[in-house]
Amino acid sequence: MLKFTDDHEWLKIEDGVATVGITAHATEQLGDLVFVELPEAGAEFEKGDTAATLESVKAASDIYAPLAGEIVESNDAIVDDPSIVNSDPMGAGWFFKLKLADASSADELMDEDAYKALIG
Amino acid sequence: MSETLKRTPLYDLHVELGGKIVGFAGWEMPVQYPAGIMAEHAQCRENAALFDVSHMGQVVLKGEGAAEALETIVPSAMTTLKPGKARYTVFTNDTGGIRDDLIVSNAGDYLFVVVNASMRDQDIAHMRANLDGVELIELTDRALVAVQGPAAEAVVSALAPAAAELTFMETTEADILGATCRISRLGYTGEDGYEISIPADRAVEIARALLAHEACAPVGLGARDSLRLEAGLCLYGNDIDEGTSPVEAQIQWLIQKRRREEGGFPGAERILNEFAEGPARRLVGIKPEGRAPARRGVDITSADGEPIGAVTSGGFGPTVGGPVSMGYVAAAHAEPGTRINLVVRSKPMPATVVALPFAPHNYKRA
Repeated sequence: MLKFTDDHEWLKIEDGVATVGITAHATEQLGDLVFVELPEAGAEFEKGDTAATLESVKAASDIYAPLAGEIVESNDAIVDDPSIVNSDPMGAGWFFKLKLADASSADELMDEDAYKALIG
Repeated sequence: MSETLKRTPLYDLHVELGGKIVGFAGWEMPVQYPAGIMAEHAQCRENAALFDVSHMGQVVLKGEGAAEALETIVPSAMTTLKPGKARYTVFTNDTGGIRDDLIVSNAGDYLFVVVNASMRDQDIAHMRANLDGVELIELTDRALVAVQGPAAEAVVSALAPAAAELTFMETTEADILGATCRISRLGYTGEDGYEISIPADRAVEIARALLAHEACAPVGLGARDSLRLEAGLCLYGNDIDEGTSPVEAQIQWLIQKRRREEGGFPGAERILNEFAEGPARRLVGIKPEGRAPARRGVDITSADGEPIGAVTSGGFGPTVGGPVSMGYVAAAHAEPGTRINLVVRSKPMPATVVALPFAPHNYKRA
């Protein structure tokens, strides 16, 4: 299941675990990324907590936990090479995998059509 | 208060080239083009970059006493600036701080002054109020572009052969496609290159002609900032302001010997004292350990945690391949190699004071 948030994050959810990243729209707005700080495995977040930090050439941005959960894995590849997020934001540029505290909480998020309508 | 942003003569060209337009100092300017800031930065260091800097103020000062009058508001020698030469200087205030930085060129019959966009109106008012007997003309019908990079000479001299004869900080009038332009061999990137003042109604045509050279591509203000930061060049409002003296900012070299001895400019007392005693703080290069950039406003502590200064400019240096910053530290901690901490997101991050520039300058010196 593919879901989206107002903060231009995407979630691919399978068996209660969401792989989370940012959308191509977000990377276009941010420009070239130069630094990514990701959460440790085991870190727990409420929905809306700052889970990761990004720096583009121009500014810093926070990445929020889209739903409550626990980090199971972070994508070290993008820490070593933040440009992967720019070149493949929906695939290899994933940020972290979040084990959802409540799998049904994803239902309230936007689907792809709703997100496309949001960004116009 | 809503503000109508101004547009330079090249605005439509920026839009045509896919420029991402943002408001800057009251003007609509391209922060980047589709290539992106990293690629545009590399373009300048490796080939040639074309920047629109028409938002900056271009001023003509006429009259026999213009250079002498200018010396009453800048700490540099102006009466000895020879025709065909340009000089970097600052307007100082009464407490020895900096009102703006600027370039003054001796065009023979007049002085040609370029000031920052952010201080354009204030600088012109300041000059009008203080340069008695000098005719001041603000050139509102001219564009200003910069061509910077190792290929800049090839690009510009293809249209104006005289450009190849200039060395760093020299200036000349030359025809480009039949338009009378002023070409100065200087810039704000650390690379060899030129700034070219063009009649506004010929600006698009000449910009297109420069871009037609295969080595030349458009570059926006985003990369302009990362380039100047790597080059260790001050940005007014960040690294220099009304509270910082030229000595603190490590640009005291712009105060020539005679002015250092005679004074006669605003703030001379503090500045001359700093020459004698040393300044209390110094602008230094800062290299953060790790990958996180440390931006303007980040507090600096000594390795022991004592507050010693703040970051005034910072970001990512694409040529350096990592974060780079500039900031003021107390003089005792200003030696290159000194270990310091930067407080980023409430955590102390180790960093080292380093000599500027981060990327070497490639000026075409005589």
